[in-house]
Amino acid sequence: MKDLKIIKNIEKKLLYEMYRIRNIEFKIAEYYSEQEMRCPVHLSIGQEAVAVGICSYLKKSDSVLSAHRSHAHYVAKGGSLEKMLGELYGKETGCAQGKGGSMHLIDLDAGFLAAVPIVGSTIPIAVGTAWAKKLKRDTSKTVVFLGEGATETGVFHESLGFAALHNVPIIFICENNLYSVYTHLRDRQSPNRSLKEIVEGHGIKHFHGNGNSVEDVSSIFREGTFENENNAPVFFEFDTYRWLEHCGPNYDDHLKYREDSEVSMWKDRCPINTFEKKLIDEGILSHQELEKYLEKLNIEIEEAFKKAKKSSFLSKEHLYEKIYSD
Amino acid sequence: MREIKFNKAIREATAYCLSEDNMVYVMGLGVPDPKGIFGTTENLLEEFGPERVFDMPIIENGATGIAIGTAIMGMRPIITHQRVEFAILSMEQIVNQAAKWHHMTAGQSKIPLVIRMIIGRGWGQGAQHCQSLETWFAHIPGLKVVSPATPYDAKGLLISSIKDNNPVIFFEHRWLHDTFGNVPEESYEIPLGKANILKHGNDVTLITYSYMTTVSLKAVEILNKMNISVDLIDLRSIKPLDYDTIINSVQKTKRVIVVDNGWTDFGVSSEIISDIATKLGNQLKANPKKIGIENVPIPSTRELAKYCYPNLKTIVTSVLELFDKKVDDAILPEENGMPDVPNKYFLGPF
Ligand SMILES: Cc1ncc(C[n+]2csc(CCOP(=O)(O)OP(=O)(O)O)c2C)c(N)n1
Ligand SMILES: [Mg+2]
Repeated sequence: MKDLKIIKNIEKKLLYEMYRIRNIEFKIAEYYSEQEMRCPVHLSIGQEAVAVGICSYLKKSDSVLSAHRSHAHYVAKGGSLEKMLGELYGKETGCAQGKGGSMHLIDLDAGFLAAVPIVGSTIPIAVGTAWAKKLKRDTSKTVVFLGEGATETGVFHESLGFAALHNVPIIFICENNLYSVYTHLRDRQSPNRSLKEIVEGHGIKHFHGNGNSVEDVSSIFREGTFENENNAPVFFEFDTYRWLEHCGPNYDDHLKYREDSEVSMWKDRCPINTFEKKLIDEGILSHQELEKYLEKLNIEIEEAFKKAKKSSFLSKEHLYEKIYSD
Repeated sequence: MREIKFNKAIREATAYCLSEDNMVYVMGLGVPDPKGIFGTTENLLEEFGPERVFDMPIIENGATGIAIGTAIMGMRPIITHQRVEFAILSMEQIVNQAAKWHHMTAGQSKIPLVIRMIIGRGWGQGAQHCQSLETWFAHIPGLKVVSPATPYDAKGLLISSIKDNNPVIFFEHRWLHDTFGNVPEESYEIPLGKANILKHGNDVTLITYSYMTTVSLKAVEILNKMNISVDLIDLRSIKPLDYDTIINSVQKTKRVIVVDNGWTDFGVSSEIISDIATKLGNQLKANPKKIGIENVPIPSTRELAKYCYPNLKTIVTSVLELFDKKVDDAILPEENGMPDVPNKYFLGPF
């Protein structure tokens, strides 16, 4: 009985966490038009399940690195919401005091080491952090999130090769959302290309799953990592879909680079709706309970936005500081 | 003459070269997508087909090598990069291979290759999306470096670059893409390595290029009202650099300020001033000055980024200081309240 209750609570938390990311992202989209968040934003709406399915099973001491589309990873890993919004508003309360913007999130207390917008660049850096842990006998995990576009880069292949050679305990999470900006996979990769075979060709285990199912993501992730006794590198590929434009707060369906039917099919597979329905159908969650959570969530998010808006900017002398370390 | 935008001038030059020479092709991330590299490659795919105009995987270094290979075989590739930061992944192919190929083969092979790189600023792009790295490329023997400021020059210089038998790095400032200017419909070439004197004067020489040319032009108008006459030189090409035009002008005015489009440390401005110093050092009436981007990484937040860039006032003040004059704020047009956007129509995010 007790176990069942724990499982139920975990499932609720997974749903809540996905809602949290989505509602934060939609609020960013809403407030973006006020022209106060003056930096590019790559929103994660539609891709919440991967971030939550992975990060919910990480400890604080585990490390995560990401790329340009990092909000979901940061939030799911426990990154401070106030600091993230402060960063988007360019304020000194931001996680990098406004110096980084949306594309350079960091929260070391939460184990979120870095995110950068040069595609592929955090992959070798993540391998390095994982390797350092191994050399320092630190057993915490290291996870790097990457898009399927990043698997085209040279450093991706170099990093896999090194990780396999040195048995680096790195966990690669590839979110395959079919697109790199406006370009579909078919225009970038041969139909005969198999990411699974590329990964396995390096001698690294490859797992594949439905990235819109938080249960699938977490069970595959647990299977792949917890049974990995000699701490070898592992690779997870999850299929998912981005709802909004590549960069910015809007839908971009009018541009017609993807079929309306494709977009609506993926929306029908919404990671939140499908999971919510399951929890309610199974009596794990009631509508009232969810409503109550969402109300609380809404207040948390609005408060964080208010704080970010009210915070001040760094003053001019900070321009010249923290370029070189003491 | 009709007026068109800078991005359309680029597109026109590209379309002209594609139609004139079937060895020319365009490759780059997003080239055929709905945004068409800020409008510069719009509908070229529809017009010229997928063997001439195409996208690529995220393989900047590989793509450059592939383009070099096709160039060796007589083709004339144009590669595009939406940010110079993506292009620097291909430094090996550019610096070791493309730049040196003609030399290493004792002239038996040549690399007619144009690499378009977009530089820019604004809207919180941050440390990895708004650098101006012209000087990196200008340092390398074997490369040519071009950086137009007007739609007219963009078209003529791009056609010349494509027809040139060497690797040419073609810098486009993002904030120029939406500017208008007179551009003839027919094709024309502007020679690489020739600067353009935009305003003639006797008191001081102002040297600049790319986006800073547009700001410097406004500065000259104001200075003229204060009875200071300016030779305004738009470099257009950074390598080869038109040393003759520069020296002739400074010999006349005996005062010089270089408005750099990038960081001033080891920058384009440093090169120009060192050349002037070695040739005219004892003839100058005032110490030469360089103005440019603060020598720091550009922060995302607009409140710090705004201190990084020279503006109209910086230029006017610097010139006036040469004449022991102070700037009268009344004569300066009202400051753009939001220095992180090129104009009020720009709403982000790119
Ligand atoms: C080296 C490099 N080349 C190009 C870009 C431009 N760019 C930014 S995001 C992106 C798409 C990356 O696609 P993917 O890795 O699948 O991530 P997604 O945006 O789908 O999350 C591209 C090409 C870049 N940032 N870095
Ligand atoms: Mg993708």
